[in-house]
Amino acid sequence: MELDFSRQLHFFWALLPEIILCTFGMVVLVAGVSGKYKDADKAPSGDPSFGTTADLGWLSLIGVLIAAGANGWLYGVKEVGQDSMIALDHFRLFANWIFLLAAALTILISFAYVYRQRLQAGEFFALILFATAGAMFMAGARDLIVIFLGLEVMSIAVYALTAFNRRDRKSAEAGLKYFLLGAFATGFFLYGIALTYGATGSTNVAVIATSVSSGAATAGLLTIAIALLVIGFSFKVSAVPFHMWTPDVYEGAPAPVTAFMSATVKAAAFIAFARVFLVAFNDSYTTWFPILWWLAAITMVSANLIALVQTNVKRMLAYSSIAHGGYLLLALTAANPTATAGMLFYLLVYTLMNIGAFAIVISVAHQAEERQYIDDYTGFGWTNPALGVFLTIFLLSLAGFPGTGGFMGKIYLLQGAAESELWWLMVILVLTTVASYWYYLRVAWLMWMKNPTSDGQHDLVITPFPMRLALVVCVGLIVYTGIFPGAALEFARASVQGLGAFGGGIVGLAP
Amino acid sequence: MYASLAAVLFQVGEAASAGGQEAAESGAHFEPFLPGLIVLLPLLGFVLNGVLALRHATRSAEAVRAGGELDLDEGGRPLTHTLPSLIGPGVLLLAFVITSVNFARMLGAHLEEPVVVTYWTWMATGTFSVDAALQLDQLSMVMMMIVTGVGFLIHVFSVGYMKDDPGYPRYFAYLNLFIFFMLVLVMGASYPLMFVGWEGVGLCSYLLIGFWFSDREKSDAGKKAFIVNRIGDLGFLVAMFYLFTTFGTLDFVPIFAGAEEAFAYGGALVTTITLFFFLGAAGKSAQMPLYVWLPDAMAGPTPVSALIHAATMVTAGVYLVARSSVLFALAPVASATVAGVGVLTALFAATIALKQNDIKKVLAYSTVSQLGYMFVGVGVGAYSAGIFHLMTHAFFKALLFLGAGAVIHSMHVAYHSTHSHEDGQDMRNMGGLRKHMPITCATMWIATLAIAGIWPFAGFFSKDEIIWQTAAFGGAANAPYPALYTVFWLIALAAAMLTAFYMTRMMVMTFHGENRTGDQEEKALHEAPAVMWAPLAVLAVLAVVGGWVNVSEHLRDSILGLGPLTSGWLHEWLHPITEQAQLIQDLNLGVLAESAPIVGGGEVVWAVLSGAAAIAVVLVSFRYVGGQKIVPAAEDVEPIGFAKVLYNKWYVDELYDRIIVQPILALSRFCWNVIDVGIIDGIVNGVGFAARGVGFVVSMFQTGTLNTYAFILTVGVLIILGVSIF
Repeated sequence: MELDFSRQLHFFWALLPEIILCTFGMVVLVAGVSGKYKDADKAPSGDPSFGTTADLGWLSLIGVLIAAGANGWLYGVKEVGQDSMIALDHFRLFANWIFLLAAALTILISFAYVYRQRLQAGEFFALILFATAGAMFMAGARDLIVIFLGLEVMSIAVYALTAFNRRDRKSAEAGLKYFLLGAFATGFFLYGIALTYGATGSTNVAVIATSVSSGAATAGLLTIAIALLVIGFSFKVSAVPFHMWTPDVYEGAPAPVTAFMSATVKAAAFIAFARVFLVAFNDSYTTWFPILWWLAAITMVSANLIALVQTNVKRMLAYSSIAHGGYLLLALTAANPTATAGMLFYLLVYTLMNIGAFAIVISVAHQAEERQYIDDYTGFGWTNPALGVFLTIFLLSLAGFPGTGGFMGKIYLLQGAAESELWWLMVILVLTTVASYWYYLRVAWLMWMKNPTSDGQHDLVITPFPMRLALVVCVGLIVYTGIFPGAALEFARASVQGLGAFGGGIVGLAP
Repeated sequence: MYASLAAVLFQVGEAASAGGQEAAESGAHFEPFLPGLIVLLPLLGFVLNGVLALRHATRSAEAVRAGGELDLDEGGRPLTHTLPSLIGPGVLLLAFVITSVNFARMLGAHLEEPVVVTYWTWMATGTFSVDAALQLDQLSMVMMMIVTGVGFLIHVFSVGYMKDDPGYPRYFAYLNLFIFFMLVLVMGASYPLMFVGWEGVGLCSYLLIGFWFSDREKSDAGKKAFIVNRIGDLGFLVAMFYLFTTFGTLDFVPIFAGAEEAFAYGGALVTTITLFFFLGAAGKSAQMPLYVWLPDAMAGPTPVSALIHAATMVTAGVYLVARSSVLFALAPVASATVAGVGVLTALFAATIALKQNDIKKVLAYSTVSQLGYMFVGVGVGAYSAGIFHLMTHAFFKALLFLGAGAVIHSMHVAYHSTHSHEDGQDMRNMGGLRKHMPITCATMWIATLAIAGIWPFAGFFSKDEIIWQTAAFGGAANAPYPALYTVFWLIALAAAMLTAFYMTRMMVMTFHGENRTGDQEEKALHEAPAVMWAPLAVLAVLAVVGGWVNVSEHLRDSILGLGPLTSGWLHEWLHPITEQAQLIQDLNLGVLAESAPIVGGGEVVWAVLSGAAAIAVVLVSFRYVGGQKIVPAAEDVEPIGFAKVLYNKWYVDELYDRIIVQPILALSRFCWNVIDVGIIDGIVNGVGFAARGVGFVVSMFQTGTLNTYAFILTVGVLIILGVSIF
């Protein structure tokens, strides 16, 4: 099928996955306040995996699967004519796979949590779907305004999700913090869009690229616009020093939301970041290269250092996610096809290992927010061997141990950086990875190298069927991408083709 | 055993093929026999033992929860003991048999090019791809024989040593996993695959050092090993990326084939690459300044020390240098660094070993010192000599550690019988064990004579060759720094004498003189069971004959040779591997010296001299230490003066703590305090939740949290704007 965007109807086809998700979101939302689901949050009944509230989860999952089908269908669709505001390239479709995977995994690990915390299941799952749709809009946007729309759709849904557990003060506090700081950062982002429009006369990524490369853009204005957009994106990818919200929000938000946020929000921001900077501002590479270089360096170093002294697992994983953002910034700084493909690959693996790790955190926390300290993992491996082995694999992958997808991801990032000759950033990445081994393995160490501190310490750890399903998927794919990474990487490489000119082939710059 | 067997086989083959050389060259073709299975068997062992360990753990957790006491024997014994005892050593035996078949086949063939068996494409990006492929050649074959052969013996020993340990199946699971990674390390056909093994053995080492995790000191030792190793791994990674940007591939075969074209002799790039590789090797093989983790690693069970921290893993660095011999031959500065670090480590560690009282600590520093010798060997271009010493060291050091294990085992039983809390590893508490443990004593003496370099034991031939090659290399026609190598040679000779001294001291303190264990305890001292002394006996044979496979022609022709029993087999065997490096060296350095620097004298003369000196040192120190009054640890006083410095290991640990560990921790805390908690209190735990709605917002601003966050954000904005505008 060919899509001609001069016909309005064709936008419908181009946005089919997003539209399906939104439709399902609304259906779930309405279902959640009607009939037998209405009072489910007051007195939960039935089985957490297949009971009342769970119906809505499974319905959302069906929505995600249908959207995935639509996403697959889009591979057969071609766009003709001018660059429209919706991209139909494989870069977007690959990103959509990541978001849909993250959404599916998040839904699967939320069942028991929603049930036990007596959350409003309809609203919870609907917000997950809306946030995912927002992320997909960001990935598919070829226009700064559409990116902004997607960003806000996603962010507002995530703000609400963060504050979702109204019985938990920490959740409310985290939501408010996130919202206020997010609004603050959005201001910079919007201002950046406005200045870009002022400098180039367009908000379309392709038109901006032409304007920048032909020298028609107003140079001074453009520089400030680029700086402001970097700030806006840096907030969303939580690069240091724009990371302040991350530890608090990750700690306070309901754990499944934290898992979702750490994967989807970060991935969506990086995808849009890449499209805007590698396509629209490609010819200003020398302008934004030093900023990203320093952001990457500072983020990698400080996040890993601070993670060393954390005692709360959610906070530790928050700093870990900031550190991973630093590694991904290295890929953006390198700005070449290898690094960008490496970024896609890394985002995929990161989604798997991070959601997997959070799933086990949720289990250990008794499907609540109870046992979140690293000491609570003492002897966990011996009381719950399967979960212990899984968490060990996730931690090793996060640390980048050979044989896991995390290792391959780091190798590809390093390879991309080597092509652009970013030697210092590479050394920083490897050195900070050394440090990261310390805090990841500390948990593994406690799990396997100590006996439980008290009898029955982990008695309340339950993993219902959906969560087990998610864990098996995560572990399977992490080991698969670690041992046979070829297919996924080839896919990622094919997906970045035709994205842009990639930094104009400039290598060996110093910040 | 197999080394001498190989020598015999070789001689038979030599005699047989004397007339049929052509037939052998054209007809014999090396056909690998199930190489994948060699790697997979230990992995299978890991999975099976791992399942048993987890099952055991859950059952005992249930038993404890049910209120009962955990009884190891009840019902679970066949599954927790018999089965792991069969699986653990069993898979190793099978792997050893398959390796031997391959070895025999390779002996029959005249293999000039390495055989690479490819399984699947592991990682591929555009033009660059790495296959999951195993490389079978003479070097990997030697390493495989050592890993599976010595590994098997140590597994058997462990059956007796770990018998009563509650973590028995877990122990064998880790041990099998270690062998798996070690085999990947030596068999991988590319640097990335070698790196996988490299990381993997590090992880297993970490797991096994901290095996008895109840004890905080021991778990810290595991972490220390891991972190120091990671610093070395950084070097490995960086070297790998340099190689990648130069060659576009990381497979061994194309890199070595193209090295001479890609790198100028002594060029900056190849020197950088090899120095980074050496950083990796120094971390893994415990060379200065990264040796500090190995003595602490002795916290693990003693068979682990024998396997990982003496015979196999710690020699991976030597293997790396030998494997990359072409690159190192092209980088004389890096090679000199390797030799220099090696010789300094050999001396430094030997001095520390002089004053240690813990039997395992003596052996640990001795290992560091001997690894230094290996690096001297590969650093002066004598790659086959380095591998030769690696092999003989695997025999006699594994034997020494296992013997020490038997002693410690016996001592623990003795102290356990009287509920004493004395240290069973402290040699001051031993003495006179010869009467109680005759087999252990005899086999350990063989190993001691071997490591001391006394003819005709294995260490004499291997250590002597390294020392001689150092002298010969320095005296080469165009040697880069002749004086430097003369110094290296003298230090190597001196360290050899120290070795003879501290080893004799250890033997005397442990086995001779009066018993100091205690009257009650002495009755409980006993010889190790057969399952433990049998591996000792096999290793003792190897510690004698292991050196006979690589005797240089000069020595063989002289009175020193053992006539028809010895051969220069190993050197010939490794020739296809070292040939290219040798040619580069010959081209650039010219002929090696025939006589030693300063005083002259050829190889035979110096071999006789150093052998005689070693005998003299052993005899003198036997009398000297035997004549000293040794008191049990509890009554002993702190040493003073220089002895105190040696006793405290030159205070290197304290120095590292002061200049590295503390500053990093301080920086980490500083970052956390300044960026995180100092000015803000993170989640305020509802403190600001005093009022709902607007009041809540205001109160949060009042606590300063949000204000500060917004402030830092603004500072970041200003910096970025400032930087981009100006």
